[in-house]
Amino acid sequence: MTYTPHKPPLAESSESLRARIPGWGADLDPADRPSVPRERFDPSFSGAHWEHPERQPEKWPRERSVEHTRLPPVFGTACPPKGLSGAIRKLAYAKYSEGQSAHWLLLIAADRVDTAESTLRSFVSLRPDNPITQTGVLAEVKHHGIRSRFGQHRADVKHHWMDPIIVGAPWVGGVVASYLMVRRMARRP
Amino acid sequence: MRAMVYRGPYRVRVEEKDIPAIEHPNDAIVRVTRAAICGSDLHLYHGMMPDTRVGMTFGHEFIGEVHEVGPSVEHVSPGDRVMVPFNVFCGTCYFCARGLYSNCHNVNPNATAVGGIYGYSHTCGGYDGGQAEYVRVPFADVGPGLIPDWMDDDDAVLCTDALPTGYFGAQLGDITEGDVVVVYGAGPVGLFAAKSAWIMGAGRVIVIDHLDYRLLKAQEFAHAETINFTEHGDLVRHLKYLTEGLGADVAIDAVGAEADGNLLQHVTSAKLKLQGGSPVALNWAIDTVRKGGTVSVVGAYGPLFSAVKFGDAMNKGLTLRMNQCPVKRQWPRLLEHIRNGYIKPSDVVTHHVPLEHIGEGYHMFSAKLDNCIKPIVVPSAA
Repeated sequence: MTYTPHKPPLAESSESLRARIPGWGADLDPADRPSVPRERFDPSFSGAHWEHPERQPEKWPRERSVEHTRLPPVFGTACPPKGLSGAIRKLAYAKYSEGQSAHWLLLIAADRVDTAESTLRSFVSLRPDNPITQTGVLAEVKHHGIRSRFGQHRADVKHHWMDPIIVGAPWVGGVVASYLMVRRMARRP
Repeated sequence: MRAMVYRGPYRVRVEEKDIPAIEHPNDAIVRVTRAAICGSDLHLYHGMMPDTRVGMTFGHEFIGEVHEVGPSVEHVSPGDRVMVPFNVFCGTCYFCARGLYSNCHNVNPNATAVGGIYGYSHTCGGYDGGQAEYVRVPFADVGPGLIPDWMDDDDAVLCTDALPTGYFGAQLGDITEGDVVVVYGAGPVGLFAAKSAWIMGAGRVIVIDHLDYRLLKAQEFAHAETINFTEHGDLVRHLKYLTEGLGADVAIDAVGAEADGNLLQHVTSAKLKLQGGSPVALNWAIDTVRKGGTVSVVGAYGPLFSAVKFGDAMNKGLTLRMNQCPVKRQWPRLLEHIRNGYIKPSDVVTHHVPLEHIGEGYHMFSAKLDNCIKPIVVPSAA
């Protein structure tokens, strides 16, 4: 069929589809589609009553992309940078634009450092990290972990075995490192 | 207040946090009554999105009751029942003035390539999200919308992202009457995209996934033909066979960064974080759409590079269209469709998870246990 001018025929006519499927063709006319055209100049549609919004107070030097010429007027204030991960994040923002892979790779590295720092910090808090409850792995029992996975033609079962390793490896590594450190200190004269 | 908190890849818990404060005159504080876990939350949960900080509260799909407003707020008041688009946006920057609310330039210091999104890492602005009892909502006069009296909470929470994003994905496809539309992904966004394709006059809708229970949902809810890609050694060839060699007119990627179907692509992105996302679904979309066709991308990807088959896209003369959905722009028309009975958003909801059980909720959704399609988080104070 592709070697001729004609489109392959459809199994069902528009009339049949309209009768069978609620709402079929309700937005057939692009004029009824809210994102057509993609850009439509109408600053009043949003309900804003400002041309440029007031500025939110900056309570600490807010890290920002070097591609921004100034700090935007409104921003999130969750989780200010702290520790070694915070220093890496500040470096990523201060030195590299979003166009440079180093920017993103540093931020991903900082995320891993943040996890390690926070886990260690939790051990000297009243609520240490608990990998059993935090991973929700008990849902495997409550929500049919075996029956949900096997005999279902699922592609993701091929790599599910990696998840416990990704989660568990840093914990095992931490225990081994702690053991080696304690042993070395105990052997010192 | 009680809030979900990220503790590192694959680990979350509920913690006591301060109720958020008004930080800008046009802020509101909303008491959350329903939040959802989105498939894209799993990219954060799996540690894929750069600058996801320990201590952050996720959740960009939520509704609630206005608890407090800043001094310049005019359009909502304490006690109002509101739904909040996942986009944080100012309404008047260059992009917002043109309706591109998801690309707002006034709300995200951390990046210029993406706008502000609640609970979606510092790359998206560093805003805590709605999987908590309370949440700060900036620009309360432009973002939140009043929930109509006739709409129930589960329908409303799906209007904050999943439904508008699916509807937007179908619009990006520029569907014309009789078009063959193939949708990658039978999660909530894919189901809504398939349903929306009919609303735009498609002649045939085919949904592709590897989870049989979701494909069954696509048949029942979205009246779609379905393909389980694990049953076909070569999906591209099979789809060409089904379309007599032509391919689909429109392909919609509603999967994004953790696509399965190619172990190497999945592992290098989702597990090793060496790519911004696994482009399996996107590459299939490129290869199964006809020459001159349109690929619409509403699946979320990270900012790093991905191994996309761009040569095929170029040689086939494809139109690639994509964006985060500007949610509020979709509401007037979508609410008409819901009221007319064309779409019942809550039909895709499978689980209600108490906030206190958030760890198990994430694991269930991530591992696709118990035929989970859409889990809704219910805060204890709701």
